[in-house]
Amino acid sequence: MSDTITKDASAPAGDNSPKATPAKKEKPERVASLWSDAVRDLRRNPLFIIGGVLVLALIVISIVPGWFTDGSPFANGACDLSHSLERPSAEHWFGYDVQGCDIYTRTVWGARNSIIVGILTTTTVTVVGALLGLWAGWKGGVIDSILSRITEIFFSIPTLLGGMLIMSMLPFAGNAYSVSLVMAVLGWPQIFRIMRASVLSNKNNDYVMAARALGAGAGRITFRHILPNAIAPVIVVAAISLGVFIGAEAALSYLGIGVQPPQISWGLMISDAQVRFLAAPHVLLFPAAVLSVTVLAFIMLGDAVRDALDPKLR
Amino acid sequence: MGRYVIRRLIQAIPVLIGATFLIYAIVFFLPGDPVQALAGEKRADPIVAEMIRQKYHLNDPFIVQYWDYISGVFRGDLGSSLQGRSVSEMLGEAFPYTVNLALVAFVIEAVVGVAAGVMAALRKGKFLDQLILISTLLVISIPVFVTGFILQLVLGVQLKNDYGIDFFSVSFNEDDGIRAYLLPAFVLASLSLAYVARLTRTSLMETMRADYVRTAVAKGLKRRRVIVRHALRNALIPIVTFLGADLGGLMGGAVITEKIFNMHGIGGLIAQAVYQKQGTIIVGVVTLLVLIYLVTTLLVDMLYAVLDPRIRYE
Repeated sequence: MSDTITKDASAPAGDNSPKATPAKKEKPERVASLWSDAVRDLRRNPLFIIGGVLVLALIVISIVPGWFTDGSPFANGACDLSHSLERPSAEHWFGYDVQGCDIYTRTVWGARNSIIVGILTTTTVTVVGALLGLWAGWKGGVIDSILSRITEIFFSIPTLLGGMLIMSMLPFAGNAYSVSLVMAVLGWPQIFRIMRASVLSNKNNDYVMAARALGAGAGRITFRHILPNAIAPVIVVAAISLGVFIGAEAALSYLGIGVQPPQISWGLMISDAQVRFLAAPHVLLFPAAVLSVTVLAFIMLGDAVRDALDPKLR
Repeated sequence: MGRYVIRRLIQAIPVLIGATFLIYAIVFFLPGDPVQALAGEKRADPIVAEMIRQKYHLNDPFIVQYWDYISGVFRGDLGSSLQGRSVSEMLGEAFPYTVNLALVAFVIEAVVGVAAGVMAALRKGKFLDQLILISTLLVISIPVFVTGFILQLVLGVQLKNDYGIDFFSVSFNEDDGIRAYLLPAFVLASLSLAYVARLTRTSLMETMRADYVRTAVAKGLKRRRVIVRHALRNALIPIVTFLGADLGGLMGGAVITEKIFNMHGIGGLIAQAVYQKQGTIIVGVVTLLVLIYLVTTLLVDMLYAVLDPRIRYE
């Protein structure tokens, strides 16, 4: 789906000269690079600040959920059936679910799985896709053809159906790690394509020629010269797909092939609440709202990164 | 053009074979025994089980089974399920629902998405533009199944109970004709619709700055003609790319929508097949989806040449 961004982001990686904003007075000699420009842009972008604060908060919540709730949802007596489906109140902000568990507590503890899936999947997809893309773009020829055909095969398999299949094959299915693995297996071709295109457009630049003339080896040229210049569009897409992966985890859990109980996942909570949605909408709406805000925060962050790294879009 | 199409079709064959091979291999190595699954909880009668294995060649090595299968596919025979029903027949029952759903969703996505994007681009920075930007961001952040439940509640239940308008129904009812598809299709389309709107906005804003648009305005053409014939036609290329890749995605994503609205499309079929480890059904569905993906990408590439006569295929 983020092919949207791909198209726009592929070009300007190496070229940042037109946007030579006058450097500040204190450092008159400093020539702004794409990256330092980007950092300065980000710091001034309200999208980045709001998204960043939300994401930081979510990461803290997912590491130490105990700071934000009274008890653990896994403790004995954490759920009390006599409270089943109670509406939100001053003490229990999100109310109770059908088992009489406090929804707020469960939502807070459920953050961890979503964050793990988002970060782990994005990292894996980026590293694998970028390295293979670099390899294919740099080598060309047979390796490029083979890798490109393989990505085509992966592209042609519908994500959800492929996910269902791989998930039922895994021996350790049903936790955040297996979900990440499945999504990474199906997700890397996208990054691969972007990286490959980006490397191809950078490969014939003068600086590569210069490095080669100076006697740099293939490893040095690819990793020290081409990689830093070609990685920008990949980072843009990766930043935005973080939010997308978190949403996808919820979708897989909703279909019953993601994280399994007794573990807590927002998608699972939504799926459980679905049956009684008409009678007790709050059981579904609170985790759904938190999930949406999380995805929104990551997408805002990604949008900000895109604006900063891709000056052409402005 | 003819030669190009033939070359593309030939190139599609390895992708088709690769995708079916991958899926077939995954199904083959799935844990669990399909023949035992037929017997349910009870232990399968060893003689009957052996007979079924013989009949469906389940004892053959993997590569022999796959060869039998794929050579059947090229003869137009998709095999049969372990219950002895032909897979083509099962697909023929389930696929029309999914195809109708995806097509209605596709029309909604293309028409509403492009219209919203054009309106936003032409009123850059105004209220309508901001409204479209914010609402699309919200739609992207809210998971599809949550959008589904909320629309089900608001349009399916409250509209009927509070205002007496019985137009949308909570559950899919075949007798309602196309009306039955509207709500599920809108839910299915919502995410892509938001992407299309944003993509159209960016793309049109970029082409509106192009020289040929300025020339067209300077010639004294009417604003409408400038926008539709000059700017939009050029801006459509990335949008067509996205829409084309998305048609296959809609059919794969229909799994969730079908579950929400209780439709008997391929989603249910494939979930059941994964559960029973019925390889022929799974591979049949995926083969069909891969074919659709390959055909739509070919159509998209041919559409480029229509939109932009400078693109030629030799």
